[in-house]
Amino acid sequence: MASNKKYWKSVEELNENSSVVTSLRENEFVEAIPTDEFLGDKETLEASSTTRRDFLKYVGFTTAAASFAACEGPVIKSIPYVVAPDEIVPGVANYYASTIADGFDFANVLVKTREGRPIKIERNDLSETGVNARVHASVLSLYDNNRLKAPLVDGETVSWSDFDSKVAQAMNEMQGQNIVLLTQTFASPSTSRLIKEFTARYSNVRHVVYDTVSSSQALDAFQNKFGTRALADYDFSKAEVIVSVGADFLGDWQGGGYDSGYAKGRIPKNGKMSRHIQFEANMSLTGANADKRIPVKPSDQLKVIKALTGSGSTSGLPEGVVKAITAAKAQLQKAGSKGVVVTGLEDVGAQTAVLNFNANSSVMDTDKPRMIRKGKNSEVMNVLNGVANGTVKGLITVGVDPVYSFPNHKAFAEGYKNLQMSLAFAMKKDATASMAKLVAATPHYLESWGDVQMKKGTFSLTQPTIRPLFNTKQFQDCLLQWTGNTKNYYDYIKETWTDVLEGTSWNKALEAGVLVSGADIDVEEGSASNNEFSETLESNSSNGAFAMTSQEGGLELTLYTKTSLGDGQQANNPWLQEMPDPITRTSWDNYITVSAADAKAMELENIHVANGGLDGSLVNVKMGEIVLKNVPVIIQPGQAKGSVGLALGYGKTHAIQKEMQTGVNAYPLYQNFNTVQKVTLEKVSGMHEFACVQLQNTMMGRDIIKETSLEIFNTKSVEEWNPIPKVSKDHQEIPVTSPDADLWDGFDRSIGHHFNLSIDLNACTGCGACVIACHSENNVPVVGKEEVRKSRDMHWLRIDRYYSSEESFEVDEVKKEEFSGLWGDNGSLGGFGELEVAAANPQVAFQPVMCQHCNHAPCETVCPVAATSHGRQGQNHMAYNRCVGTRYCANNCPYKVRRFNWFLYNENDEFDYQMNNDLGRMVLNPDVVVRSRGVMEKCSMCIQKTQLSILQAKRDGRPVADAEFQTACSAACDKGAMVFGDINDHDSEVYKEKKDERMYHLLEAVGTKPNVFYKTKVRNSQEA
Amino acid sequence: MKQVPYRNLSLRLSLLSLAILLTFSTFMHAQDVEAPAENTAVEANADGAAGDVAAGEALFKANCAACHKLDRKATGPALRGVADKYDREWLYDWVKNSQGLIASGDAQAIKIFEENNKSVMTAFPALSNTDIDNVLAYTSQPKPEPTAAPVPGGGGGEGTGGGVSNNLILGALALVFLVLVVMLFLVTNTLKKIAEANGVSYPEREKRTPLWKTFVQNQFLVLVSAVFLLLTAGYFMYGYFMQVGVDQGYAPVQPIHYSHKIHAGDNEIDCNYCHSSARKSKTSGIPSLNVCMNCHKNIADYNGEVDPSEGYTKEFYDGEIAKLYDAVGWDVDQQAYTGKTKPVKWVRIHNLPDFAYFNHSQHVTVAGIECQKCHGPVEEMEIMEQFSPLTMGWCINCHRETNVSMAGNEYYEKIHEELSKKYGVEQLTAAQMGGLECGKCHY
Repeated sequence: MASNKKYWKSVEELNENSSVVTSLRENEFVEAIPTDEFLGDKETLEASSTTRRDFLKYVGFTTAAASFAACEGPVIKSIPYVVAPDEIVPGVANYYASTIADGFDFANVLVKTREGRPIKIERNDLSETGVNARVHASVLSLYDNNRLKAPLVDGETVSWSDFDSKVAQAMNEMQGQNIVLLTQTFASPSTSRLIKEFTARYSNVRHVVYDTVSSSQALDAFQNKFGTRALADYDFSKAEVIVSVGADFLGDWQGGGYDSGYAKGRIPKNGKMSRHIQFEANMSLTGANADKRIPVKPSDQLKVIKALTGSGSTSGLPEGVVKAITAAKAQLQKAGSKGVVVTGLEDVGAQTAVLNFNANSSVMDTDKPRMIRKGKNSEVMNVLNGVANGTVKGLITVGVDPVYSFPNHKAFAEGYKNLQMSLAFAMKKDATASMAKLVAATPHYLESWGDVQMKKGTFSLTQPTIRPLFNTKQFQDCLLQWTGNTKNYYDYIKETWTDVLEGTSWNKALEAGVLVSGADIDVEEGSASNNEFSETLESNSSNGAFAMTSQEGGLELTLYTKTSLGDGQQANNPWLQEMPDPITRTSWDNYITVSAADAKAMELENIHVANGGLDGSLVNVKMGEIVLKNVPVIIQPGQAKGSVGLALGYGKTHAIQKEMQTGVNAYPLYQNFNTVQKVTLEKVSGMHEFACVQLQNTMMGRDIIKETSLEIFNTKSVEEWNPIPKVSKDHQEIPVTSPDADLWDGFDRSIGHHFNLSIDLNACTGCGACVIACHSENNVPVVGKEEVRKSRDMHWLRIDRYYSSEESFEVDEVKKEEFSGLWGDNGSLGGFGELEVAAANPQVAFQPVMCQHCNHAPCETVCPVAATSHGRQGQNHMAYNRCVGTRYCANNCPYKVRRFNWFLYNENDEFDYQMNNDLGRMVLNPDVVVRSRGVMEKCSMCIQKTQLSILQAKRDGRPVADAEFQTACSAACDKGAMVFGDINDHDSEVYKEKKDERMYHLLEAVGTKPNVFYKTKVRNSQEA
Repeated sequence: MKQVPYRNLSLRLSLLSLAILLTFSTFMHAQDVEAPAENTAVEANADGAAGDVAAGEALFKANCAACHKLDRKATGPALRGVADKYDREWLYDWVKNSQGLIASGDAQAIKIFEENNKSVMTAFPALSNTDIDNVLAYTSQPKPEPTAAPVPGGGGGEGTGGGVSNNLILGALALVFLVLVVMLFLVTNTLKKIAEANGVSYPEREKRTPLWKTFVQNQFLVLVSAVFLLLTAGYFMYGYFMQVGVDQGYAPVQPIHYSHKIHAGDNEIDCNYCHSSARKSKTSGIPSLNVCMNCHKNIADYNGEVDPSEGYTKEFYDGEIAKLYDAVGWDVDQQAYTGKTKPVKWVRIHNLPDFAYFNHSQHVTVAGIECQKCHGPVEEMEIMEQFSPLTMGWCINCHRETNVSMAGNEYYEKIHEELSKKYGVEQLTAAQMGGLECGKCHY
């Protein structure tokens, strides 16, 4: 049926005489499309002799020529040394002991070099210092393309001799004027001697130590009590009861590195393990590992400390907290000298109270304190104000970036611009260096000499492992020259060390990298040692921030440092940017963490979008005049109500490539160098796109991570707390491990090596050092934020973090078991939905997951081209060159550990990370192939390392020793959580672990028979 | 009309045979050229003045040659004609104990000592005066005329001459043949004309279906030939693709003509002397130039066999040694390093793909395999080339066939005992040890 209705295409048609309508009747468009605009100049186009046909001919010819040319192999040149160094054998790695001391991280390391290039950082077994993720990643910062390549004067590259004369001239002009030498903490005997000589020669120079993230109040408290400016050292392996109030001691608290000792005490031995109680506001790594965690706002934490250490009043505290305090106090009392209290509060009073309380504790060591933080807030504030108001005329900065990291950096930057002399020693043209008149390019620690006294009596050496890549000069060598010393710094250190060595030879000390010596070397740094300040220390306590936090209204902000970026020195390191935060599992960002209750009140939300990404609301963070705009929000389970958290170290804009300019700079909020501040949040429109690698936050009552309490572990049989899953065969329940339950015939693996990896969930703190070690050993590519958001991250090893949905995982399980039917109060339909949501203060568990190297691997059976197959030694092999990229294997893997190369991640401008420049590629491990686009990859159980150990033994004609077998992750784990070895060697450690009652396999019921096994997590839930 | 069938056939045949003949004639030619060039060496044999030259030569080579050359300065000065320069008694003293002579303050001795960078000459108290006389007799011999380099067409004229005459004969034959062909063509043409003139006519051939049409109509035949063609094409395609990237026989021109034949063959230098990292590393390593200089500090000229037909003359080899000196920055006259180096850009011959891991030390040290097993008769190669295909099939085959040498290696003790029991064999192959697993070489 035809319709008489007339449809108008536009209002123009109403007008009968419209020219538009007439022209539209004839032409498609009213006006001619301006083709010239995108085709370019018409005349030249017409004048061109290349016709369309010619063009096609050219295309055809070049394509054909290119394909023929491809048949010819390239000519590869090999250039040997003219005179080969004795110690370098091409193809064989050399290891050197060295020490990192960048002012934030201090650790003894082993540097693996190949053909003279450092390619990996490993732990130094002779030392007890922990090696965290940042230290592992520091080797990549050596090959940072944004490093300064030569000294600068007024932004122009100059030679060192010109630079030195410029500096001499400036120093002469500045005579009698106030110059401040603002440095990081060196903790170096030689450097401190050198600085003393320098300040003696130039009496107008004052040395001030500035720790970007300050521990000043704790130093003050220690100095008051013991006279030296240092930090008490703790050995948590000796502790029976650990109570921490806001101290993230598994993170970066007071220099960090306490996690290996802590982990030792966490492994149940003879029915005993330490009990860890954590009072904190942010969900920190430490809180996540605690047996009992009580969320407490920072303003209440001071009360908690006072109540714990003395008889402070608990009035005003919530009931639960009071109960916890009473219980903790009782347990501390019971533990006697084996109990310890630590606090992260930036308050002299609190720190003193803790020092006094721990006086009898065998855990705390004040005789050999830590020297790795020296900064004094009041001194640094003097410099800040002095520069801002012009009383300081010259500023020399070394290893610090005050223009970026000072709280009032805008006022400081204004003053800095007007300084008569501004000299920055910097590795990069950072915020300070880009404003300084004189910039001295300094080498990376892997190119430098140095010595460090981390702990009193423990001396370490830094040695160069590569010739300086650029035209750089160490700060110390410059000082030597400017003080008229003809020695170089190497000889200068040797001179200092004549007292330290105490009979040991210099070469022996250098080989070990660390030396315990009775030498009493003064490494007092900074003018703070002048006693004019020592009397006023006490009055600094209970300062403004705490007064402010007790006011009504607003939220209490706790600033913290992330495991990945720390204070932000290595922000241009793609490994660290892509490393997911252990708690939030979010990479490439910092964000404000908010409790679920507060988020609800402010209508802040986190949502999962269709492509599997996480989006979060944006807020403006206000603190008086200071406003941080558009800060993304993450709703953090366990965040104390009324408190928020924000990580320092992000938001850099100088000397950092665009992709790495992530997050917001939180240093403006770090007023008075106090991590606790009062802020208000204001929701703004828009959503932030996070790159979060884990969206399923709970285990939903399954036993992916098996857990039990110490009590059950001690009293009940293993069948009760670590049962082997049962399957039904012929209507009879049989254990899944029985051969009857198996689809496949077993393979005899008793001959030769059979590798197993044991992961002790009690010892694992989730620090992520293994993640970075794996990256660096296996040439794992960095894919960038966009790709991570699409779940295309390439981490071969991930550390899953689970929250409990109820108050503990145990209750989750009980809840799941009690589901009956679909509907109703106990219905599974609603119940599972509830189980997906983390509790307000959940239990947390970490689980490193890599390829499980299943003996009955589901991936192997589905590969159409047999690219993945099983080796006799238990490793699941992946032949990249055989893979055609069907991804069947990844789909069939129950552990989701296979990673697909969606793109070519090397030599591709779209992924402009370390593999896209010649410098960054120097970090690649030559023994592991760099994968190309379209192939699957995964953990190989470091087959290159096991093969090397076997080969070395074969060459020497001896059996392989147990300790020789290591994977990158097991070698990186300083907590002993990962043990790797040959289970056919019945004397091996991993064999003992496998026989342990706590052993279980991940998803054992699937019947994959993995070669990676876990050890049930035991929590010490003993109350009092 | 007479019938003359296939009258064009003869012409075609003749042309074909000419083509065949010409083709083969080049082969014959090529074979003829390979007559070996003769090499006439002039034996210099002048008599010594006083003393036994032959004995002197033996003594010289045993004791002096490490530091002295006859005509060239080495560690010590050139020795030809030294007997005329110095007093004989003084020479006896010097040879027997030069340091003593220097210590005694002899001006001449001190001068020589200073001139030669104060390098101490070994004392030879065991040499008698007669011995020294013999050596001096040897050094007093006149310098032999340089061996005349054989000129092509001169000394070896006979050989190449044969090639030329062969060419001539063949050329003449071809010419004659060509003339014959032309004649034949003309004759048939003429005959045809005569026949036409005489009214001889060719019968019309009855029209048959052409062969190709019969073929096309026979579908079975088409199918079979199509299958056959496809298979053949497939076979050749496979062959072609399988050789892509296989560079067996790859022998690139190197920046310095290094002869493995001279070093490993003639002089029997052990491979591991230069390629020392093969014992402990995954790469065999191209020796650094300081390794070359261990010997070439004293060997500035080549005195071995030459092959002028290929251009490998003494001058050629000496030039290559000079290239080494240039690269390493060695001043022959001053016997000192100048410090100016030019690293040599060798062309890599054995290129294993990045995804295959190969370790030399596993094969050289642990397995004790001869280098030649994979690299071929290197000691006979004037120009180094890739001997083996370096394909995976080649690796695998060897792993299947080769028994692992385990004797005396404690690492293998347990595994050998268990595995040999399992497989019921005495000797285990690399494959039985797990040497065929993907992950052993690909990671």
